[in-house]
Amino acid sequence: MFERIWRAAIAPLVAAAAAILISSIALLISGNNPVDAFVEMWKTIDSTAAVIDIINTAVPLYISGIAVAIGFKMNLFNIGSNGQYILAALVAGWAGAEVSLPPVLHVLFVFAVAMTVGGSWALIAAVLNVTRNVNVVVATIMLNYIAVGLSAFLLSEYFRDSENGGLVAQTKVMPESARIPPLDPIFEFFGFDFGERVDLLGFLPVAIALGVAYYVLLNRSLFGYELKLSGMNADAAQSAGVNPKRMVLITLFMSGAVAGMIGLPFLLADSDFYKYGDAFPVTLGFTGLGIALLGRNSPVGVAAAAIVWATIEVATRRLGSLGIPPEIGKILQGSFLLAAVIAYEVVRRRNDAAAAEAAAAATREERTPPPTPEAAPIGATS
Amino acid sequence: MSATMDATVAKTERPPLISSQRWRLVALVMVGVAVMSTARIISDNSDLTSSGTFGVALRTAVPIGLAGLSGLIAERSGTINIGLDGMMVMGTIFAGWWGWEYGPWMALLGGIIGGMMGGLVMSVATTTFGVNHIVAGVAINLIAPGIARFMASELFVGVQGGSVTSSPGNSGSMGSFTMPFLSGGELFGWQTPDIFGWFEDTGWFMIADAAGFMKGMTTDITWDVMLAVGLFFGMAYFLWHTPLGLRLRFSGERPSAADSLGVSVHKMRYLGMAISGGLAGMGGAVLVLFANRYQENQVAGRGFLGLATMIFGNWMPAGTAAGAGLFGYASGITLRTNPEDLVNALFLAAAIGLAVTAMYMAYRRSASGAGTVLVFSLLAFWAYFAVKEPNNQLVFVTPYVVTLIAVTVGAQRLRPPAEEGIPWFKGMQ
Amino acid sequence: MSDTGGASTGTASTPIAIQLTDIVKRFPGVVANDGVNLTVRQGSVHAIVGENGAGKSTLMKTLYGAHQPNEGTITVKGENRVFSSPKDAIADGIGMVFQAFMLAANLTVWENIVLGQEPGTKLSLNANEARTRIRDLGERYGLQVDPDALISDLGVGEKQRVEILKVLYRGAEILILDEPTAVLVPQEVDALFASLRELTEQGATIIFISHKLDEVLKHADAITVIRQGKTVGEVPDPSTVTSHELAEMMVGSELPTPETRESTVTDQAVLELSGLTVGAADPGGRDPVRNVSFTVHRGEIVGIAGVEGNGQSELVRSLVGLLPSTGTVLVDGRDIAQLSTRERRDAGIGYISEDRQKDGLVLGFTLWENAALGHQHRRPFAKGPWFDLGGTKDRAEVIIDEFDVRTPSINVPAFTLSGGNQQKLVVGREMTAEPKVLVAAHPTRGVDVGAQSVIWDILRDARAAGLGTVLVSADLEELIGLSDRLLVMLRGEIVAEVDPSTVTPAELGSYMTGATTGVH
Repeated sequence: MFERIWRAAIAPLVAAAAAILISSIALLISGNNPVDAFVEMWKTIDSTAAVIDIINTAVPLYISGIAVAIGFKMNLFNIGSNGQYILAALVAGWAGAEVSLPPVLHVLFVFAVAMTVGGSWALIAAVLNVTRNVNVVVATIMLNYIAVGLSAFLLSEYFRDSENGGLVAQTKVMPESARIPPLDPIFEFFGFDFGERVDLLGFLPVAIALGVAYYVLLNRSLFGYELKLSGMNADAAQSAGVNPKRMVLITLFMSGAVAGMIGLPFLLADSDFYKYGDAFPVTLGFTGLGIALLGRNSPVGVAAAAIVWATIEVATRRLGSLGIPPEIGKILQGSFLLAAVIAYEVVRRRNDAAAAEAAAAATREERTPPPTPEAAPIGATS
Repeated sequence: MSATMDATVAKTERPPLISSQRWRLVALVMVGVAVMSTARIISDNSDLTSSGTFGVALRTAVPIGLAGLSGLIAERSGTINIGLDGMMVMGTIFAGWWGWEYGPWMALLGGIIGGMMGGLVMSVATTTFGVNHIVAGVAINLIAPGIARFMASELFVGVQGGSVTSSPGNSGSMGSFTMPFLSGGELFGWQTPDIFGWFEDTGWFMIADAAGFMKGMTTDITWDVMLAVGLFFGMAYFLWHTPLGLRLRFSGERPSAADSLGVSVHKMRYLGMAISGGLAGMGGAVLVLFANRYQENQVAGRGFLGLATMIFGNWMPAGTAAGAGLFGYASGITLRTNPEDLVNALFLAAAIGLAVTAMYMAYRRSASGAGTVLVFSLLAFWAYFAVKEPNNQLVFVTPYVVTLIAVTVGAQRLRPPAEEGIPWFKGMQ
Repeated sequence: MSDTGGASTGTASTPIAIQLTDIVKRFPGVVANDGVNLTVRQGSVHAIVGENGAGKSTLMKTLYGAHQPNEGTITVKGENRVFSSPKDAIADGIGMVFQAFMLAANLTVWENIVLGQEPGTKLSLNANEARTRIRDLGERYGLQVDPDALISDLGVGEKQRVEILKVLYRGAEILILDEPTAVLVPQEVDALFASLRELTEQGATIIFISHKLDEVLKHADAITVIRQGKTVGEVPDPSTVTSHELAEMMVGSELPTPETRESTVTDQAVLELSGLTVGAADPGGRDPVRNVSFTVHRGEIVGIAGVEGNGQSELVRSLVGLLPSTGTVLVDGRDIAQLSTRERRDAGIGYISEDRQKDGLVLGFTLWENAALGHQHRRPFAKGPWFDLGGTKDRAEVIIDEFDVRTPSINVPAFTLSGGNQQKLVVGREMTAEPKVLVAAHPTRGVDVGAQSVIWDILRDARAAGLGTVLVSADLEELIGLSDRLLVMLRGEIVAEVDPSTVTPAELGSYMTGATTGVH
C-alpha cells in the first residue's frame, strides 16, 4: 500500500521540486528574493478563509478538468471547452433569469440548458470530424473563437439586461429559486464557523457527484471500457466492434456538456455573480486542459490537480504587496505542469519495464513444452 | 449505423474535370478571380479586391503562414506541434522587449530566439522523454502566456507607455519596398509609373481585381514580410533539395529506417522543433512589428490558424501558403476602414464560390461533400441578404469561420507524414 | 552437434569474414543472446536457423551495430570491431535487410536508397546522380527497379529488391538478411537466392536468417543453429545433415506439423460469399477484392493462399466488417453484408487479426481487459450498460487455463507476454466465444513452435467440433497442412482452387504468382 502511494506520488513531487526551482530562478533573475516570496505565499494560505477560498476556486477548475479528461481518455482533444462553457454560461444565465420555476426544478433547468448548449457546441466539431474528417483540435479551437465572438454578439444584442440602463453588458440576475445556497449552515450545525466574510459555495457537492459519476463511467460501465479501449488502441477498438464515429460523437458531446457546467458555480452559487457579465471568468476552459493533464485524467488525480492549481492561485494573490509580481504564480503553475507531464512519462516507462521484467522472471522457469510427440518430421507434406 | 467507411465515397467518384494538375491550378485561380470579381461588382464594394485590402491581407497572412510553415517543418520531422501557438506568444514577448530596447531588426531576432526556446523545451519533452505530443503542446500553450505576463510585468511596468499588457513600443520601424514601374515605386528618387494601379482603377471585370492583387503584393512591403515570403521558398528547398531535408522528412515518415542507416532521429526532431519554434516566434515578431508593440493576447489563436493552414495545404509549403493567404485575407478585411461592408461583400463571394464548389463536387459525385458545401453556400447567401450591417463582434470571428469552412470543404484525402506524433526511441520498429 | 563440426573441403581454406565470439545480449527480463558464436567465411551464403524467439535477429542487430552486446567480441576480416551505431557497421562494409521493411512508403525508391549517404553537396541533393547510380547497380546485379517509383506502389518482391539495393549502394560486402523469404513464394525464393549467388560470385558474403529448413538446406553453404540464445550447432557442410536433424537441433525435438487428420467436412454451409467486392480506397485505384465467391461448410477449413498484397488482407477485413464491401455474405443463411463489426461478431464470426499487436490486443490493457475485447458487450463481460468485472476476470482465468497462456496472473499488462502467449490469448478469447465461423489471418505468425503446435491443435479441434474456418496465411506448409480446400487469390480474385492433399508448395507458389492458371 505504502509503495503504491509512493509510486503515485514520486512524479508529482519531483515535478513540484522542479517547479519551485524554476520559479526561484525566475524570481532571482528578476531581482526578487524567492525565500520571501514562498514565505509570503505560505502565510497567505495559512487560514481557514484561505482554505475555503481555495476550495471555491478549485470547484470550477475541477469541472473544467473533468470535461476535457473525458475526451483525453480516448485521445480526443477537446481544446475548445473554453468556448463551450462561455456560450453555455451566457445562454443558461439568460434563460435561467427569464423563466420562473420552483426552486430545485429551476436549478435543474439551468443545468439542462448549460449542458445542452455546451454539448451541442462541441458536437459541431464532432460532426465535422466524422462526416468531413476535420481535425478535432482545429475544429474545437476555431469554434472556441467563434463562440467567444458569438457570445459577445448575443449578449450585446439580445441577452443583455436592459433594466440597468444597458450600460453594463450583463444578463439579468438569477432569481432566488435558481440559486444554490452556501454550505456554511451545514458546517455550522457541526460546530464549524467559517466567519462572516467567507462562504463555502454550494457547488462543491455537484463537483463531487460529477467525480463519482466520472469514476463509475470509466471503471464500471461498458461505455467506459470502450472509451479507454478507443484511446489506447483505435484499431483494436474498431476490430472489437466499437463504432469509432459513434464514440467521437458521444464523447465530444459529453465533454462539451460537462464543459457547459464550468460557469454554473458562478451563475448559481456565487453571490458575487448570479449572472453572466463582464467580470465573468473567461479562461477556465484553457486552465482545465492543464488540470486534466496534471491529474492524468483520473477522477481523484484531477481533484488533486485542481486543488494544487487553486492553492497557487490563492497563495500568490498578495505577493504584490512585497513588490513581487503575482504572475510568478503562472510560472509556478506552468513549470509544474511541464515537469509533471515529463515525470509521468518517465515513471510510466520505468514501471512498464519493471512489469515486463517481473512477468518475464515469473514465467521464465516454465518455458513452452516441446511439441506433441505424434508430430511428423518437416517436409512430410511436400 | 452500418460499418461503411470513407472508402465507399471514393468508389463512385468521377475523375476530375481537368486531368493536368497544372491546368487545374490555373483554372482554380481563374475561377477564384471571377468569383471575387462578380462579388465585387454585385455588392458594389471595390475594396473587396483593392490593392489596399490585398496589402493588409498579405500583412496578416504572414504570421499565419509562418505558423503554418512552423507546423509543417515540425510535423515533417515527426513532431505534432500544437504548442506553436505558445511559441508565437514567446515570440511576441521577446520581440516586444528587444524591439523596444534595440529596434525592429532585433525584435525579429528576439522573436525567433524566443520561439526557438519554446520549440526546444517542447522537444525535450516529446523527443527525449517521449511525452505525448499533444499533451506537451497543450502544456507549452498554457505556460507561454504565463511567462509572457511575468516578463511583461518585470520589463514594461513602470516604463513610460508600458504596462503588464503592452510594451512601450518599438524604437524605429523597418522600412518597406514598392516595386518600381509596376506599382509606382521610386527608383533613385524618381517616381515610376504605377501600371497595376492604373488597371485597378479601371474597374474591369477580373482585370481590375487581378491588378489590385498584384499591386497589393508589390506595394509597401516591409522587409520582415519579404523575408517571410522568402522563407517559404527556402524551407521548400531545404526539405526537398538538401540531404538534411531528406533526413528530416524521413524522421517523420519512417524513423526506424532513418535510424537503421545511421541517421539520428532525435537530432532531426530537435532540429525540426528548433526551426519550427523559430518560425513560430518570427510569426509572433511580425505581429509585434505590425502593431509596433507587444500586446497581451496579440497572437489570438493564430498558431492554430497556422496549423489549420498546414492541414488545408496537405503538409506542403505551397498549399500552406495558399491557406495562409485565404485566412490572412479573412483576417485582413476586418482591419479595413469599413469591415462590416467588406464582410458583407465577402459573404456574397463565399456564397458564389461555395455554390460553384458544390456544383463541381456534385459533378464528381461526392454527395456528402456537395451537401455540406451547399449548406454553407446557402448560409452565406442568407447572411449576405439578411445581415446588412454585421455586428463587429461577428466580424471578429470571420477568419475563424472561414478557416473552419475551408478545412471542412477542403481536400479530404490528406496525407500527413506517416509516423508523426509517435514518440520514437532507439530499437523501435 | 559435434559430429557435423568437422571442416569440409572448399570453405575451410577461404578467409573468415565475420567472427562473433561469446556474444551476450540482455534486455530487461530476458537474455536474448547467451554466449553465441558464429563464424562466416568470405564469399559464402551462411544460414542462421532457430525458432522464433531464439535470438537470431538480436544477434544480427548486434553485428549491424543497431545495439551493443553486453559481452563478447566482433571480428570483421580478422580485426576486432566495436560498432556503436549502424554507421560504423556500414563503414566496415556490413549491410542489413530487416525483416520488417525499413522503407518510407510515401517517399520514392531513390530517396529511400540514398538516405544517409546522399550524392551531391550539403546544400544540394543530386537526384540525377542518385537515379543513375541506382540504375547501374540494378543492372549489374539484376535488381531492376524504377528509382522514381513510390515505395507504396511496389509489391513485396520489389520492396525487397530496394532493400538489397540500399545495402549495395553503401558498398556493403557482407549482407545480412533477416527472414528474407518469409513473404515470398517458392519461385521468388529461388530468384532471390539466384541474385544472392550472383553477389557472392562477385565477392560478397551473405548471412541470412530463416526457420524454413528445406530452403536452408537447398541454398546455404554453411549453417549455424541457435536455440534459446545459445549456439547449439554449426554445420559447415549442409549436405551432411537432414532437415530432421536440423529440427532436432533447433527445438530439441521434432518440429510440429500442421497436418490435419481425417476429414470432418460436412455438407452444411455455414459461410457463403457471393460476388464480394471491396472498393479501392483511392478513386481510379484497383479494387483490392473483386467478385469473390466461395462457401465454407461446418467442420471445414478453407485456406486462402496468395502473395501478400493480393487482397487477402482486405477480404479478411471486409468479412468482419472493417472494410465496406458489396455482394452477399451469408452466415448460417443470414445475410450479414450490411452489418457492422459488432453485429457480425454477434452473428457468430470470430476473428484472429493478422497483427495481434496492431488490433488483436491492447498491449497496455491487462489480460482480463483483453479477454473482453470484441465481446465486451455480451455476457459474461457486460450486464446491460455495465461492465462486469467479476464475470470478465472469471472468463480470463478460464482462457488462461484452457489455452495454456503462460503468465504470472491475469492482472499483468499484455505487453509483458511473449508473442506466443499473446497469440494464445487471442485465439483462446475468440474460441471461448464459440463462433460459427472463424476468420483467421496468419494465426501462428511470429510465435514459437510450442505455441504454434498448441494453436494448430486448437484449430483442428474446433474444426472437428464443427467450426467453419477461413484461414489466410503466408506459411504455405501451414496452409497446405491445415486446409481442407485451398483457394488462390491473385490481384483481388480467386484464380484457382487446389487440393491440399496433392499440391506441393512449389506448385502452390506458381498459382500464387500467376505462372500457372486455371485449374479448378
